[in-house]
Amino acid sequence: MIKLVNVYKEYPRSGLALKNVSFHLAKGELAFLTGPSGAGKSTVLRLIHMAESPSDGEVRVSGFSSKRIKRREIPKLRRRVGIIFQDFRLIRDRTAAENLAFALEVTGAKNSEVKGKVQRLLAQVGLAARSGAYPDELSGGEQQRVTIARALIHEPVVLLADEPMGNLDERASRGIFDLVRDINAAGTAVLMATHDLELVRRYSQYRVIELSTGGVVFDSREADEVP
Amino acid sequence: MKFHSVREALAALQRAPGLALLSATSIGLSLFVIGSFAVVTYNVEVALRAIERRVEIVAYLRDDITAAQLEVLQSDVRSFPEVDSALHVSKFEAMRSAMQQLDEFRDVFSDLELNPLPASLEVQLRPEFRNPQSVRRVADLIALYPFVEDVRYGREWVDKIYQLRRLGGAVATILGFAFAVVAIIIIGTTVRMAVLARRDEIAVMRLVGATDGFIRRPFLLEGLITGLVGGLLALLLTYGAYAAIDGTLIDLEWLPPLWTACGTLAGGLLGLLASGLALKRHLMSYA
Repeated sequence: MIKLVNVYKEYPRSGLALKNVSFHLAKGELAFLTGPSGAGKSTVLRLIHMAESPSDGEVRVSGFSSKRIKRREIPKLRRRVGIIFQDFRLIRDRTAAENLAFALEVTGAKNSEVKGKVQRLLAQVGLAARSGAYPDELSGGEQQRVTIARALIHEPVVLLADEPMGNLDERASRGIFDLVRDINAAGTAVLMATHDLELVRRYSQYRVIELSTGGVVFDSREADEVP
Repeated sequence: MKFHSVREALAALQRAPGLALLSATSIGLSLFVIGSFAVVTYNVEVALRAIERRVEIVAYLRDDITAAQLEVLQSDVRSFPEVDSALHVSKFEAMRSAMQQLDEFRDVFSDLELNPLPASLEVQLRPEFRNPQSVRRVADLIALYPFVEDVRYGREWVDKIYQLRRLGGAVATILGFAFAVVAIIIIGTTVRMAVLARRDEIAVMRLVGATDGFIRRPFLLEGLITGLVGGLLALLLTYGAYAAIDGTLIDLEWLPPLWTACGTLAGGLLGLLASGLALKRHLMSYA
């Protein structure tokens, strides 16, 4: 479903960010993408979201290829790939419900669909009672729940999470990760970039892909396959 | 969804009404300069057309011209495609006309034993041929007849009129272009500021899969509305200036409805173009 094949990414100023990265994330899988800051985790997520193109190699996502995709097709891809960030990226002058409604409206949803879908998603992330609150009135954990609801708005096949618990306390982090696991259990694949090794150790049943200085240095699935 | 672009464009204008007003006023003032020039150009055009109607070729005939030769000349000249009419003015008619027009010389004319004025052929051209080339061509052809003494058509006047018209057209085009560029820069800056002010929303739109067209539309609409308001403002200012001058300093004619409609729409199109250019440069930076 997501496949990176010998991917390189080079920036004119900072040089090589990824070198020869290859891995495959299957449908419904949950994997951690780990490594220290600057290892290339966010770059991998940006390439999968097609916010950037690889300098060499190929990124395949749900039937789209970085080699062939046209600019006008990227919005279609992004409706199949949800993404959340450490810094939430909510619109500050809109309530939680309005933030979700906005995401629906700008992708052409019918007015009659919007309200019901927004309420359902807010209930799914445990924020039904906070729908009228503005981002600044919500805790970090609650804001991240709104962004998760927004990422799920088009029922994506995969959820990309870029350090989603980076700004949260332990309790809120646990709540967010439990929510992500529920989403994964419902069939959505998850690729979560994190440098929280404690979290990775605690949930060792999930796959771990470790990056270091732009290359994959460990993939637990391949390690499992070694006799 | 259907009216999302309209709603967003109006909301953007409401969020920063001062900026929108400044922008529309700048466009209005730029187009006002163009509009004022349009009034001047149009009135010069009207005056030129009136002068053009009076452009005629007068062929003075030799005194010994026979009736048959006159008939040949008249018939030939009338068959030229450029010619509308060719009227023969006899020596007697020339004298009568001179006595009527120059009343103070009536006695001098009466004392003459011989009529010194020549007979002539007054040639009017069709409106589409009242230009220097056609006038000169017809005059040269008539001059070839041996019983034609002289041909006059106010060569300097005809040339000057056309030079004036060309100059007016060139000045209007250059000024119009310069002020259109100013208007585009102003609207472009406004839209760029609007893009910056809404960068969070644009980033979210990109994240959730909004198309480029969907993201662009409200901004384009904003530019179009600002441009149209500027165009209407320019129309009001130009009419105000016209009304103040007409009848007091000089008699003027107001612009035809097609000109005013085109001018106002030009404001809208300028707004659209400026927004498009600004978006092309700035929106693409939000991957």
